[in-house]
Amino acid sequence: MATTPTPAPGPRRRTLRRIPGHLLRSALALLFVFPVVFMLISSFKPDQQIFADLGSIKAFLPVGQLSLDNYTAVFDRVPAGRFLLNSIVISAVTVVLGIVVNSLAAFALSRMRWPGRRLLLVLIIATLIVPFETFALPLVWWVNKLPWLELNGFHLALTEGWLDTYRVQILPFVANAFSVFLFHQYFQSIPKELDEAARMDGASWFGIYRRIVMPLSGPAVATVAILTFLPMWNSYLWPLMVVQDENLRPVMVGIQYFFQLNVSWGQIMAYSTMITVPVLALFLAFQRSFINSIASSGVKG
Amino acid sequence: MRSKAKRLAATSVAIVTAATVLAGCSGSSGSGSGADGDTLTLWTHNAGNAAEYKVVQQIVDDFNASQGKYKVRIQAFPQGSYNDAVVAAASARKLPCILDADGPNVPNWAWGGYLAPLDMSGSETAVADQLPSTVGTYDDKLYAFGHYDVALTMFARKSVLQAHGIRIPTIDRPWTADEFTSALAALKASGTFEHPLEMGTGGSGEWWPYAYSPQLQSFGGDLVDRSDYKSAKGALDGPEAVAWATWFRSLVTDGYMAQKGGSSPNDDFLNGKSAIEWDGSWDAAKNAEKLGDDLAILPPVDFGQGPKIGGASWQWGMSATCGNKAGAQEYLKFSRKTQYFVDFAKATGTIPATAAASAQIPGYQPGGPYEVFTQEARKFAVVRPVTPAYPYVSSVFEKTAKDILAGADPKKALSQAADQIDANLKSNNYYAG
Repeated sequence: MATTPTPAPGPRRRTLRRIPGHLLRSALALLFVFPVVFMLISSFKPDQQIFADLGSIKAFLPVGQLSLDNYTAVFDRVPAGRFLLNSIVISAVTVVLGIVVNSLAAFALSRMRWPGRRLLLVLIIATLIVPFETFALPLVWWVNKLPWLELNGFHLALTEGWLDTYRVQILPFVANAFSVFLFHQYFQSIPKELDEAARMDGASWFGIYRRIVMPLSGPAVATVAILTFLPMWNSYLWPLMVVQDENLRPVMVGIQYFFQLNVSWGQIMAYSTMITVPVLALFLAFQRSFINSIASSGVKG
Repeated sequence: MRSKAKRLAATSVAIVTAATVLAGCSGSSGSGSGADGDTLTLWTHNAGNAAEYKVVQQIVDDFNASQGKYKVRIQAFPQGSYNDAVVAAASARKLPCILDADGPNVPNWAWGGYLAPLDMSGSETAVADQLPSTVGTYDDKLYAFGHYDVALTMFARKSVLQAHGIRIPTIDRPWTADEFTSALAALKASGTFEHPLEMGTGGSGEWWPYAYSPQLQSFGGDLVDRSDYKSAKGALDGPEAVAWATWFRSLVTDGYMAQKGGSSPNDDFLNGKSAIEWDGSWDAAKNAEKLGDDLAILPPVDFGQGPKIGGASWQWGMSATCGNKAGAQEYLKFSRKTQYFVDFAKATGTIPATAAASAQIPGYQPGGPYEVFTQEARKFAVVRPVTPAYPYVSSVFEKTAKDILAGADPKKALSQAADQIDANLKSNNYYAG
């Protein structure tokens, strides 16, 4: 019996076969998007309506009395502009310092040869097991005692205690074991021959770091930027403990302002929308490098 | 290379040592906190609560303008994190001079050495003229005073009650336990309400002891034995308390109330989702605006020992570490003008702490629609146990009440709670001294 080769599936069949996969992915996408849509839509509705719509699909639809009232009310209740600015400063400075400090540490651990570097790397990674909550209180005690040089007129004065400052919200989070590890792994994937060639040409270690290794590490930088930014943007417990001055508070502490005897859910949604947008924007901007880096970190090496 | 590293290490050690030594010298370890000369710091829980914050701001502005010696500076915190901020500041010895405190915490803060006793003699309003629940005393000393109080109450629609043939209760003739149960049964039977009663069981924290321990007291139980504050046995796990817990759980098993209420009980009530809401006087104005004459403000149910509500709201005090106590007392005395009692109550929709202030507030004058709250506060208010153990008692009660609502055996759960409280009292030597 002559056998006819099975024809390759036509473009139509291929499309048909893809439909279930697409449906599944769309359903998953909707599942993830729903909370954000709910937040956005509810931010335009009065409280009573938010709860009246809860039982139906209306909760996700822009129907009923929509207005910007919640947004105006947010600014009456919370110094939202100030908080946003604080969070931007704190997160941005931590990200920049974090990239510099952690990549330098990783560079020394991965490129330079010195005794004890393997042990040090293991110790650094080991600190990842210790949750922040366990050392938050001792850390408060420490930062309350730390000295700082301040310019007082023309005199340099030494002050004690870092409470109520920007630096207390930034400096403890600059050095980060996970960032060091990530940079270290990425640097390992960059051929060492490049360093040797540069050394031959008379480059210093810092020159190699600045001119060769860092320019090749775009995806690692992007990943560290996102992974540093998110927890800084979301930080709540630490600023609550160390900042008493309202002018220095970050955005997440602001959420508490809405929990009064009557919780204003519409305003919470408006405020949450306002503080989520910068994070979404940042993620979208770095998305490609982020995914590249995550996807490649397991393959290269 | 090696000598370079050595030099670097030596320099670092030298710098760190110098810095530490210098820091030791310049440490600003003065004798007190919260005051920089005659500039005093004031903390309030009102960040995000514009109405009440404005009154605080007004008093501070007036005080600063009224004299040239002292200056008060406000620092506002959101209510949800206020207690943590105070406790953290107390341990760092960085408390402000003037601060507000939630009434039930006053004994604990006084005992813990956060607050100093006050002498308010010579101020415009005498402490004796205040509603008793607005005065924070511990060990027979005055530690704090409030400008207002709030009252627990039930809200309903007159039309709904009448349509189901339910009597509208009054202060002099509140519902009995049986009447309340038949009212709920009638509302449930109508099929209009999945859960006719909303008691705010979706909330958490201090709301639980504030809202439900008065019901326990109306049954004849209590959080602790108040004769000497040395045990919760008998009060929290006696037959009366078990009767309360059984009733509390039955609200869920009979389908009268959700085990976990909505996130915004008052909106649910206004949307017609529930028929009777156990809530506070602070929602009265909003409800009256939405429902008009149909709004029924009902006194609490009498479960046997008379209707009960919780007493004490936010109160003002002075920290024990305050570096300028004379200035702090001066400010606190200044804040006791009738005008400010009026302003607070108006701004927050709360019950003014004095009769003189009540007379000036629409709705709270004799015969006004909200006079019922003042009467409730006078007749039914029970302050939460005046013991430093209260924050612990409060958290144990919240957990136990939630367990009971979820189906835990009432007798066992209450007896375990009483044991825990007794162990805490004992391990703290009954908070003596």
